[in-house]
Amino acid sequence: MLKSSLTLFSLVGLLYVPLSHAATPEEQGLAIATEQKARDTGWGNSQVELVMTLRNKAGKESVRNIRLKNLEIDGDGDKSMSIFDRPRDVKGTAFLSFSHPLGNDDQWLYLPALKRVKRISSKNKSGPFMGSEFAYEDLSSFEVEKYSYKALGEEACGKLTCYKLESLPQYKHSGYTKMVSWIDTEAYRVHKTEFYDRKGSLLKTLSFSNYQQYLDKFWRADKSEMINHQTGKSTRLDWNNYQFNTGLTEKDFNKNALKRAR
Amino acid sequence: MKKLLPLIVCLPLSASALEINGNLGISSLIYQHAPQYSEQHRSQTSAFAELDLYHSWNDERDSLRFKPYVRLDQHDSARTHADIRELLWIHVADDWELRTGIGKVFWGVNEANHLVDIINQDDLVDDMSDDPKLGQPMINLSLVRDWGTVDLFVLPGFRERTYAGEQGRLRPNPAIDTDNASFESHAKEKHVDFALRWSHSFDEYDLGLSYFNGTGRDPRLQQKNGKLIPHYEQIQQLGFDAQATLDEWLWKFEAIYRKDAQESFAAASGGFEYTFVGLFDSSADLGWLMEYSWDDRGTAQQQNIFQNDVMIGWRLAMNDAESSELLLGMVQDLDDTDSRSLQLEASRRFGDNIKLNLEWRWFSDSPSQLLAEDDHVQLSLTYYY
Repeated sequence: MLKSSLTLFSLVGLLYVPLSHAATPEEQGLAIATEQKARDTGWGNSQVELVMTLRNKAGKESVRNIRLKNLEIDGDGDKSMSIFDRPRDVKGTAFLSFSHPLGNDDQWLYLPALKRVKRISSKNKSGPFMGSEFAYEDLSSFEVEKYSYKALGEEACGKLTCYKLESLPQYKHSGYTKMVSWIDTEAYRVHKTEFYDRKGSLLKTLSFSNYQQYLDKFWRADKSEMINHQTGKSTRLDWNNYQFNTGLTEKDFNKNALKRAR
Repeated sequence: MKKLLPLIVCLPLSASALEINGNLGISSLIYQHAPQYSEQHRSQTSAFAELDLYHSWNDERDSLRFKPYVRLDQHDSARTHADIRELLWIHVADDWELRTGIGKVFWGVNEANHLVDIINQDDLVDDMSDDPKLGQPMINLSLVRDWGTVDLFVLPGFRERTYAGEQGRLRPNPAIDTDNASFESHAKEKHVDFALRWSHSFDEYDLGLSYFNGTGRDPRLQQKNGKLIPHYEQIQQLGFDAQATLDEWLWKFEAIYRKDAQESFAAASGGFEYTFVGLFDSSADLGWLMEYSWDDRGTAQQQNIFQNDVMIGWRLAMNDAESSELLLGMVQDLDDTDSRSLQLEASRRFGDNIKLNLEWRWFSDSPSQLLAEDDHVQLSLTYYY
């Protein structure tokens, strides 16, 4: 049932997507985002190991190792648990997040030395994650309702053709006025996103590479890199050992699970 | 302890590798004023180490963690101490968890005055900055339900609070004689305590209700033959804690009602934390904290420093690669307006494994301020592996 409705979704998307002349750029943009989400719906749950390499202007690098567990939630944002392994002083620190398309996310932080679970404010959406060039909002799950859209036409991206899509955050506390993404017409993979700050200037560029397909359907980039044009700093993400259907359920995403996360 | 060793050796080590982590470090306290008592010193250096061994089997449904800790102090023999912070077997089933052994549990939401938190005893002689606790023997059954989490605790065995010895500073005069503690219960430190807690999150609200029946963790200090002797009473305590997380505002509240053979009293503490995200368009966050504490015993109870006090604090997090942080806090007594203390804590990481902490504490001159001569700076260097 799920599969057939997904196929139907994709068909609807395909009908829209050759950007019929009647549709406004806003309607075309929404259709692209809807299709992008539809193609990435139904993955269930996943686990992945992340190596995050921070690089400052002088080229000095520092590395964070994080393990992520994700659970797709029907009709809401995803649930995720991030467990930090490196640097060593934060080993065992864990972060639990229930994301919501428009409302504030629910977030808890577990501090292993104090054995303390702290509910934290999700106003920090625009704040840096672990001192990196990624803001919390850059790492939360993609939901169509989070943005309003405008199609900006098509451009070549490598050997493929990409839709150029403008997204304006509709949720509170975003650090961005707009984002512009290049999404390929073949599989709706994001190749590049530009982020514009509150003053409207170009702040960061995020690029994705080495896409791999999982479960014959879902594409995940093995590498992504965020470059901050204003500070000269960058953060590279290497995603290793993606696993799907790992048996994770809602019970693995509560405060008890957070306390024994490792 | 001896009985547990064969158990550890027999564990199925083949299932998955043993994870070994830990930290070790050195910390120096330098006092601003000359010592008040002849046994004390102007500075005090100590070394500490913690090992963290973890092993899991049965597809991580069973795990064992062992965390021994030791501190060696240059002068104070009471501060030289070892403790098993954790030796815990955790078994996880679908809707319950069982934790058996020695463990640590934190309850509550406040930053300054942890009223509700009662399972573990304070390791008061250790580093003041991390709110250290002694490992508590426990059997904890945790039931995870749609309507909240219920934790049941059986706590066989009581830990006495640690205090600075005669050579140590940050103490009353005479030093507290921990060798001759007295107990209301005939079972003394073998009294078995019970505790119960329900906690749940309702959207932006996190609530907890708790009950404790057993040996109170806060002793009454009794003067006997020129000595200060801790006396531990049997208590019952009801606790409530709540936090509302509303955008950049965190509203926090804790309250307890405690009864022992001699008295009953209530105490409450609450306040807020407000965070400016992205201070001056940078990636730094500045948090404002304010918490008010009240206790209906007033100043009569000697150890009750939060009877009518306000804590104001500022926390600056740079959110940089080195995790640089600065915390400034002040506690002001509203009954004795000359009594206040100030605290500044700064920390940052160097490279991948080293963390540097710098702390400064200042206590006002006031008859009710025991620590007026013990203003100090502490520098700690910790290596994590």
